Amino acid sequence: MKHPFPFSAIVGQDEMKQAMILTAIDPSIGGVLVFGDRGTGKSTAVRALAALLPPIMAVDGCPVNSAKAADVPDWAMLETKKLVEMPTPVIDLPLGATEDRVTGALDIEKALTKGEKAFQPGLLARANRGYLYIDEVNLLEDHIVDLLLDVAQSGENVVEREGLSIRHAARFVLVGSGNPEEGELRPQLLDRFGLSVEVTSPKDIATRVEVIKRRDAFENDNTAFMLRWQAEDAAIRDGILTARKALAQLKTPEKTLHDVAELCLALGSDGLRGELTLLKAARAYAAWRNDTALTRGHVKDMAPMALRHRLRRDPLDEAGSGTRVARIVEETLG
Amino acid sequence: MAEAVWHRAVLAMQLLAIDPALGGVSVRARSGPVRDRLVSLLTWLPEPHHRIHPAISDEALFGGLDLSATLATGHFVQEQGLLSRSGTVILTMAERAATQLAARLAVVLDAGATHRLIALDEGAEPDEALNPKLAERLAFAVDLSGVSVTEAALPDSVDLAAAITHLRQVAVPDDICEQLTRIAAQFGIDSLRAPLFALRAAKAHAALCGKMTVDADDVEIACVLTLAHRATQMPSSDEEEQDAPEPDQTDSDDQDQTDTLDLPDELLLEAIKALLPDNLLDRIAAQKARQGKGSGSGAARKGNRRGRPMPPRPGRLGDGARLDIVATLRAAAPWQTIRKQATGRDGLQVRSDDIRVKRFEEKSDRLLVFTVDASGSSALSRLAEAKGAIELLLAQAYARRDHVALVSFRGTEAEVLLPPTRSLVQTKRRLAALPGGGGTPLAAGIVAALEQAVTATRKGLTPTIVILTDGRANVALDGAGNRVQAAADAQRMAQVVRAQRIDALVIDTGNRPEPALSALAQTLGAIYLPLPRADAARLSASVATALGD
Repeated sequence: MKHPFPFSAIVGQDEMKQAMILTAIDPSIGGVLVFGDRGTGKSTAVRALAALLPPIMAVDGCPVNSAKAADVPDWAMLETKKLVEMPTPVIDLPLGATEDRVTGALDIEKALTKGEKAFQPGLLARANRGYLYIDEVNLLEDHIVDLLLDVAQSGENVVEREGLSIRHAARFVLVGSGNPEEGELRPQLLDRFGLSVEVTSPKDIATRVEVIKRRDAFENDNTAFMLRWQAEDAAIRDGILTARKALAQLKTPEKTLHDVAELCLALGSDGLRGELTLLKAARAYAAWRNDTALTRGHVKDMAPMALRHRLRRDPLDEAGSGTRVARIVEETLG
Repeated sequence: MAEAVWHRAVLAMQLLAIDPALGGVSVRARSGPVRDRLVSLLTWLPEPHHRIHPAISDEALFGGLDLSATLATGHFVQEQGLLSRSGTVILTMAERAATQLAARLAVVLDAGATHRLIALDEGAEPDEALNPKLAERLAFAVDLSGVSVTEAALPDSVDLAAAITHLRQVAVPDDICEQLTRIAAQFGIDSLRAPLFALRAAKAHAALCGKMTVDADDVEIACVLTLAHRATQMPSSDEEEQDAPEPDQTDSDDQDQTDTLDLPDELLLEAIKALLPDNLLDRIAAQKARQGKGSGSGAARKGNRRGRPMPPRPGRLGDGARLDIVATLRAAAPWQTIRKQATGRDGLQVRSDDIRVKRFEEKSDRLLVFTVDASGSSALSRLAEAKGAIELLLAQAYARRDHVALVSFRGTEAEVLLPPTRSLVQTKRRLAALPGGGGTPLAAGIVAALEQAVTATRKGLTPTIVILTDGRANVALDGAGNRVQAAADAQRMAQVVRAQRIDALVIDTGNRPEPALSALAQTLGAIYLPLPRADAARLSASVATALGD
């Protein structure tokens, strides 16, 4: 298989890259939604992220990538419970996926050959403790969306079909990308994404030329190009690991909490998810930048990403919600 | 001219054969000898060739259960999908490909230079075109509609194998990259795939000619082949062009003034239009139409667009029921051991009570075709209120996930401002930019709305036509200012709408209820809402009630 385009080699699109790094630092932020025009490198960035993520320890052969032997579900019927290192799973949810494939279903092969009723885990099981990537998320069939909403919320996949009754852990970071021209996303699904970024194609010629050159180099001599960017990718990976450790020590002053709450109140975002995500994102951002305490600056920088998709939607508002957030941030936090 | 087109088409095929990363070619032509001749050139492209059609199922594309093998062996046998091996995919009737299929093919094309796609687009109307998602990922687009057989000479054979091996050695001078990017930007092409394709095409062309470095010739040909069809503006006179696509945008800021300040606006618009070359405007319009078509993931699938596959249930075959093979096998599976023991036979044993049939829940989406009278009489009195009311209705439509189309009529003709879409921001923008003034060609408005409604019905939507007018039709279908003829035409068109069994709603926005409109509503079999002096909120409330929400 060809290597994906290296993450560090992506020109510009800083907000998108930042958002992805933040979810890698703190998966509980809850995923990224990337909306933008055609040909802006949305899919490229997500696929690049997979190569960048630090490996995880999981029980060998466990269908849900359990971290401890005790977490392995009974139906997996594993012999050994040895821990092995494996890459963080990044699972593609293709648009055409059927419900069976997403949630898992009766294992036909076992049923046919052995007459056994066994469970064949689906994509949600494989994505546990990793990432679930949906390209063209706004074109996803409604019934699959319903399914995802429930699982993303509860962190557990419950399968009740064909006489099977099975539940397993399914905690994953949702990453979605799409082109808003082709259809909008239901607010319920929007809310499940922690951060949202909007990408546009770079406007100045120099940047565009650089994109073209790197892409061409990548396609011409894959190995050399990967080698060239290996160090940079590794630096980001190390940064993520350092930030994960630093996150625990990070101080959150009362004043900043106040800022966050005030901001969300001013924006009128629904529920408390906005506050929580903004706080988590700001903390991860501070850790990534090697700061020891959370400040108003961090909150200000993260507000557009964390809140832009949570505003009470006015479908007829022409100004982008990003602008609205920026304006209110300026008004409240100065 | 036509020979040059054919020559470019042949060249595109050759370049594609040399470099698979070019994605493919979109060929717009009706089925005929010219297209057949081009298709015969496909032998240049690597095997296997798969012909697929827009209604192809995911199982056929990506693989699934191989029923006959599974039944014969009693093992689960996975069938290979058409896309599981690299090769050349020929998509016939490409203009009918729905967004869902386009998205799947796009993923395959993105995954790497393994597949080449030849999209045979037979679209007859400008808005029937290849899905933009796919068009974006194909380097070339050729339109063979003007080429006759005599002009389509079969090319001399070239040594493609040599060119393929040579491709890796072709060097690209640094400034070529910059030049291509700049040219693409000047043509208003946002996507970065375009200059990339141009670069690869230039290299492939250099390889074809046996050159070691890309030179000006290659660049020129590459630009013609890959960039021309993507252009959204003419280069070098930037200012006007950037304003052109949405000339009336300033309107939206001062809603109150729209009904009084329209004429100068219109003059301005005409002045800007005159500065633009004709074909570019056409092209932008066509692109807009295409975008509209693709939005909301609308299009194609009939009836059960939102149809959720219901759980399969036990049933009999026949009566058009579709067998759910997987579910049937699942139902039979647990019994296999027992049945084998009972009958002493080997192999899969399926009994009639294992049969499961597929069920779908059908629910078709609603489409509201707003048909707005923007004539002088309307404009003076009520256009602002009508706009306001539509905006409120749009917000409701959004909440219900309805599709919306916008048709306006004034002067001598009607205009489709927005084909069915779910993008309400776009709708609002077009509505705000709607200028007023001129006569009332009511019949033309109904015809345009009817066309939208009929097309939507074919796509499985349930259309409702909402006509907002003050009712004094004074321009006949042929554009003549004849009050009597105009009224008769409107009545006639209303009968056609009724014959098509399309729901309608007539809102009289005049200061006094207009008897002619009441009669029109009767002909339409529609609800008639005279709303003199109603403000936007009341207007929308009445409409919502009439629509039964």
